[in-house]
Amino acid sequence: MNAENNGRGAEPLLQVENISLSFGGLKALDSVSLEVRKGEVLGIIGPNGAGKTSMLNVINGVYHPQEGRILFEGKDRTTMRPHEVAASGVARTFQNVGLFKAMTTLDNLLAGRNLFMKKNILLQAIYFGPAQREEIRQREKVEEIIDFLEIQNLRRLPVGALPYGLQKRVELGRALAQEPKLLLLDEPMAGMNMEEKQDMCRFIIDTNEQLGTTIALIEHDMAVVMDICDRIIVLDHGAKIAEGSPDEVRNNPEVIRAYLGDE
Amino acid sequence: MIYRQTGLFVTSYAKDMRMFPIPQDRWGIAFVLFVAYVIIPVFASEYWISTIFTVVLIYSLAAIGLNLLTGYCGQLSLGQAGFMAVGAYAAFNFAVRLPGLPVVVNFLLGGVCAALVGLLFGLPSLRIKGFYLAVATLAAQFTIEWVIVSFNWFAAGNMMGAIDTPRMVILGWHVESVTDKYLLTLSVVVVLAFAAKNLVRGEIGRSWMAIRDLDVAAEMIGIRLFPQKLLAFMVSAFYAGVAGALLAFCYLGSLEITSFELLVSFRILGMIIVGGLGTITGSFLGAAFIILLPILISNVAAQFASTQVTQFTANAEVMLFGALIIGFLILEPLGLARLWRSLKDKLRLWPFPY
Repeated sequence: MNAENNGRGAEPLLQVENISLSFGGLKALDSVSLEVRKGEVLGIIGPNGAGKTSMLNVINGVYHPQEGRILFEGKDRTTMRPHEVAASGVARTFQNVGLFKAMTTLDNLLAGRNLFMKKNILLQAIYFGPAQREEIRQREKVEEIIDFLEIQNLRRLPVGALPYGLQKRVELGRALAQEPKLLLLDEPMAGMNMEEKQDMCRFIIDTNEQLGTTIALIEHDMAVVMDICDRIIVLDHGAKIAEGSPDEVRNNPEVIRAYLGDE
Repeated sequence: MIYRQTGLFVTSYAKDMRMFPIPQDRWGIAFVLFVAYVIIPVFASEYWISTIFTVVLIYSLAAIGLNLLTGYCGQLSLGQAGFMAVGAYAAFNFAVRLPGLPVVVNFLLGGVCAALVGLLFGLPSLRIKGFYLAVATLAAQFTIEWVIVSFNWFAAGNMMGAIDTPRMVILGWHVESVTDKYLLTLSVVVVLAFAAKNLVRGEIGRSWMAIRDLDVAAEMIGIRLFPQKLLAFMVSAFYAGVAGALLAFCYLGSLEITSFELLVSFRILGMIIVGGLGTITGSFLGAAFIILLPILISNVAAQFASTQVTQFTANAEVMLFGALIIGFLILEPLGLARLWRSLKDKLRLWPFPY
């Protein structure tokens, strides 16, 4: 995409420095460093088991790395818990849809706004005054996202009953409801058909350009990655083997070897 | 045709987010309240009011409490009767030791005590989930029973066995007759049921349901799991505590630990499963089902059987009760509330086929 606007590639938003993570004897990440720059769309690719999802989980605070540190907006947050990471402005979608299946689309998106809401149990029990006004204010915000993602007809449906592609879209909506500075997408196109992929690409690009959200995404569909990412990082066996623009990565011999094996 | 969602043109979010956005639902609730407040006290016999309506209401309240914890927040608990005991004994102690408080305040204080005990026994939920948590809450049931039986202080110095509850007065209204007690129970239950409905459709309810559906994702969108789970335990125990106080004061008229044994916890769990997990309506339907069905069975049996109830017919009643519950759960695993919903969905089209 056009790299001029949004101050793309300027200062770093997230810096990951020499992260190592192992489960018992298995080394998931081996001294990996990367940075996500403000305003860009960063692609993280690599063969299965390369440590991509582990990397997101470390950024999210699900796992805490044994070595290395993570800086978000210049502040160290290596040992933050997941809810603290969310409060600092990082949102996330999951490889296998992490929605709340029994809840409606509306409730899922409203749940995404929980950080913006005060929890006062007595006021809420009578649903009066500030509690009601707050619910309505958040509903207005959520409606903007519903319009943005074109899911008006799904408001009252439980998300567990939706087709997979739409679930992915609602999940993106829930992440957007958090108004994140950094959006982490774990395989946003997995299991989609061509049309759904095109829609999802459009929403990712719109999110990046209209809302100015910085995005880091993991994806296996190379056509998509090469198309929408400003920069790409390639992981293999827990180590970073390449980094650069889509063209540089495409022609990197290390990357070709990781994907296709030696001659 | 009769029950319809179409043709409703809401013009503000406030209207769209009402508790009952569909007018027929509002009329339905108004009708139910009218029957409960006017028709039943005027026309029903004393026997029906005291042993059926009052009891169903009280157990509905306990079931709502458990439903908030288990149905909405996904934390299985087997200690509900224990929390009821805490509420009952606490309300009794407040009434005896601080005379002059309105009895409703006693009930609420009983609920608050139960909530604090619930907080204590909710602590294991930080680490354990599912069936293991259920076993941990079993500890609450046994511990509470043991403490109340072992320390005479809780019975205000009375010897073991049933203790009469003191007379109830609210701002000059002496609650004495069966109908008075029924109306008091009804009012407390109605207020707390609406409060529960408000809780579950708001921010707190969404956080609980998020934890129930997928706790990992809930934490990643910023919900703090542990405080929310503890809150669910406290609110659940509060409802149980008030229900326990109502049971002692408005139905039994006495206080005895056997009214709050483990079997009662299981019955309440049965009510929410039969009624429908994660629904407030289901708590009422489930309580009514579990309490009324045995009465219905024995009445029907009495019609057919000879005058004396033998050991065999008594046992057959219990077996039939069990079989009906199992059969019902096979037919409609999502409970009575779901049946009610399906019926409303049918009504939306009736009398047209589609």
